[in-house]
Amino acid sequence: MNYETVIGLEVHVHLKTASKMFCGCSTKFGSPPNTQVCPICLGFPGVLPVINNKAFSLGIKTALALNCRIAEFTKFDRKHYFYPDLPKNFQISQYDKPFSHDGFLDIETAEAVKKIRLKRIHLEEDAGKLVHKEEDDYSLVDYNRAGIPLLEIVTEPDIGSPSEAYEFLVKLKNILEYLEVSNCNMEEGSLRCDANISVRPIGQSELGTKIELKNMNSFKAVRQGLEYEAERQTAVLKEGKKIEFQETRLWDSEQLVTYTMRSKEEAHDYRYFPEPDLPPVVPNAALIEEIRKTLPEMPKQRRERFIRDYALSGYDAQILTKEKKLADFFEACLKIFNKPKIVANWLMSDIAAALGSKGMSIGEVSFKPQDLAEILGMIESGAISGKMAKELLKESIDTGKRPAEIAKVKGLSQISDKSAISAALEKVLSMNQKAVSDYKTGKGTALTFLVGQVMKETKGKANPALVNELLKKRMGGA
Amino acid sequence: MDYTDYYKLTCSEIQKLYRENKASPEQVVDSYLKRIEAVDGKLNAFVKLNRESIDKQLKDLKEKKEKPLYGIPVVIKDNICVRDEETTCASAILKGFKPPYDAAVIERLREAGAILLGKANMDEFAFGSSCETSCYGPTKNPWDLDRIPGGSSGGSAAAVSADEACLGLGSDTGGSIRQPAALCGVVGLKPTYGRVSRYGLIAFASSLDQIGPITKDVRDAALLLNVIGGHDPRDSTSVNAPKPDYTKSLINDIKGLKVAVPKEYFVGGIDKEVSLYIGEAIKTLGSLGAKIGEVSLPHTDYAVSAYYIIAPAEASSNLARFDGVQYGLRSKAAKDSLLEMYNRTRAEGFGSEAKRRVILGTYVLSSGYYDAYYLKALKVRTKIKEDLEAVFKEYDCIVTPTSPTPAFKIGEKKEDPLSMYLSDIFTIPVNLAGIPAISVPCGFTKNGLPVGLQILGKPFDEETLFKAAYAYEQNTEWHKRRPSL
Repeated sequence: MNYETVIGLEVHVHLKTASKMFCGCSTKFGSPPNTQVCPICLGFPGVLPVINNKAFSLGIKTALALNCRIAEFTKFDRKHYFYPDLPKNFQISQYDKPFSHDGFLDIETAEAVKKIRLKRIHLEEDAGKLVHKEEDDYSLVDYNRAGIPLLEIVTEPDIGSPSEAYEFLVKLKNILEYLEVSNCNMEEGSLRCDANISVRPIGQSELGTKIELKNMNSFKAVRQGLEYEAERQTAVLKEGKKIEFQETRLWDSEQLVTYTMRSKEEAHDYRYFPEPDLPPVVPNAALIEEIRKTLPEMPKQRRERFIRDYALSGYDAQILTKEKKLADFFEACLKIFNKPKIVANWLMSDIAAALGSKGMSIGEVSFKPQDLAEILGMIESGAISGKMAKELLKESIDTGKRPAEIAKVKGLSQISDKSAISAALEKVLSMNQKAVSDYKTGKGTALTFLVGQVMKETKGKANPALVNELLKKRMGGA
Repeated sequence: MDYTDYYKLTCSEIQKLYRENKASPEQVVDSYLKRIEAVDGKLNAFVKLNRESIDKQLKDLKEKKEKPLYGIPVVIKDNICVRDEETTCASAILKGFKPPYDAAVIERLREAGAILLGKANMDEFAFGSSCETSCYGPTKNPWDLDRIPGGSSGGSAAAVSADEACLGLGSDTGGSIRQPAALCGVVGLKPTYGRVSRYGLIAFASSLDQIGPITKDVRDAALLLNVIGGHDPRDSTSVNAPKPDYTKSLINDIKGLKVAVPKEYFVGGIDKEVSLYIGEAIKTLGSLGAKIGEVSLPHTDYAVSAYYIIAPAEASSNLARFDGVQYGLRSKAAKDSLLEMYNRTRAEGFGSEAKRRVILGTYVLSSGYYDAYYLKALKVRTKIKEDLEAVFKEYDCIVTPTSPTPAFKIGEKKEDPLSMYLSDIFTIPVNLAGIPAISVPCGFTKNGLPVGLQILGKPFDEETLFKAAYAYEQNTEWHKRRPSL
């Protein structure tokens, strides 16, 4: 019997707001513990939450971009569980009336475009963070993160494989970055993903017993964890056994296994009820339209435009639009150096390689579109060779220095002055009479050899095209 | 008048002395401090006197002579946060907790020039109608020291009744201002939900709680509401509605006022003397030109049941934060685990009524029971609101007894929570509907115990309540009586 995997994802995204969901504290990442807190996000007695309208707008913006419907009536609820990182011992979340629902996101699988339905998107507040040290018999709590606005995006169980899940996440992150609603940094915890996964015999309509999978700290970990679970569950079914209980399992990215965190019997009863401190919200239709107007061009539209306007291949357009910052870089560079194919090639080959070796993305280095435009301009004018350009580029990305500056210091400039080249040229000609006569008898490789000799003589600084031209003229006229 | 007797005066009387330069805030405060020293040992109305800060408050008054409550001593219920002053809700779990912030009402009182004398006793977390569940021990009724003062704002009501403070702040979730005001023979007002900011009020049931005045007469209640009322952006349930000057409603004329008397409030369980005095009060209103009519509020019987689902549900959630992690009590007995820390802290810190309500609330919100209890209770709440709205289409206000009985004996109902819960039978519907209501003294029993008349109004129409209550007060003498201590 063959089996199929059914996956649903729950993605948590920190919204990029200056202040927290229900108070005025900063959301900056990485500050010293408990320096971005106030009585409200610490859940002191008597204080009250006030909704951050910016978070609400960013939520609506995201929902619109993900083809969701915006609820006509929405409210906040309290979700109860005891844990020291949750100051009130309840989280303000949304239960039965999320602010948006019923959207979708198209992903490209090997075979076709597949629609992944989104069940709901809701707003909630994040919890703080426990800090344990191995040697201590106590834990400390850092509440800086407590109260940061979170968007929870929940899919329907439409995802059919771990690689589809991976593709979904890449696509979703891409969109969120285009929307500029979140930093989407998994290491900093501003994007987190849990999954529900079950396996069933192909053809069976009823879903298998689902396992909730947590603790996956990268997209790769999501794929690996799901692959492990799919195999584990399939193996159980193949033995004729059943997945007996719903449970929550954790992914161990070192051992590459999943293990039980808690079973269904230990599951929390969250005792949701409407948050009495916050009146229900009726999203204003005019506001929604206003937000709709601010939606930027989405990755798909941009890709199509790149193909149409810049005559790029589908493959190139795909790569260039995968990251908003890369696409922005590309277009900014074109404003100065308007040769799309050349700019695209440099971005996808040498720049990608230089960034890759640093493990950084285009937005994280100080190399700017005008820097690339400058280098490409220098090549075009013959001031430097392609080889020099590569050197310049790498160094500029590594050191953050401007290309022209590096070229000057290193003496990286091409000799394009005919009189400066002619001395070397004459010397080479006189020392290589054989090659000259070979050329004259029609042997093409002789020219390449002579160009190489002139380049050698000028320590690589001569403009090879010019050398070529001068040689031909000189020998042809001899 | 000798300055040592200033404690006997109402707020408006003290203000008159100030205006005529016949008294100073120092003298007035001193007179109150001496009074507290003399009688509070018998009453236990105060849980804390702000001894250290009173001098500073007096010094800061210099520029505030024109402020509306200049130099007026106020007592604050212990569930309202006062910056750097211990605020405990009369619970062991919050012993030592000093909020780093003032409640909105405290900011407004300070700005208005009031003097914060100290914190008043209450039922633990406002859970009760007798002030007996306090971790500081019960407050006594100034009219009979063997009896309870009512609750949960019993400390504030007893303090104002016994002239230990000129004005009092209470909070009312199911009658906690009005019932003790009635039982102590003073005026108590629960404003419309949303009229007064709850910011800094330690929540019992957030959708029902409202802070309000407890005073010696109706004018003082209007003066105090003028100061504490109004929109506050920090409380999303506070309403941004125009706030009138309530003293303008203090006119002795209720001719043509349409007053409803609900028949459901005068059957069974109601004390004969209470019934008699309420009947007299209604006649008085009629004789002053009000038009009295009988109405029906058919869902009244379900109010207490619905309330004892909604209020504990919210309370169980609001009290979840008292866990020993950040502030207040952390049990020293817990050594082994986080769960043990939670369990022992809450077992030691909460009294039995708090535990009862937390368990009740947790139960009704549990998965599988939510629809049968909480959701049903919300439906009842809507029905009760609709009953009242229907009456208010034809009437300006509704009159009822505040409490079915006068003050009962200390200990009498402590072991019988159900009969205790029924003491709020006439006050609870007001909170469920979110409307305002006032209690004014309307008689004394043979045993010398006060009886209160409750007047219910339309949402944000405190003006009509002040008008009716003031006219009644001007034509009766009950409010002038003071207990002998």
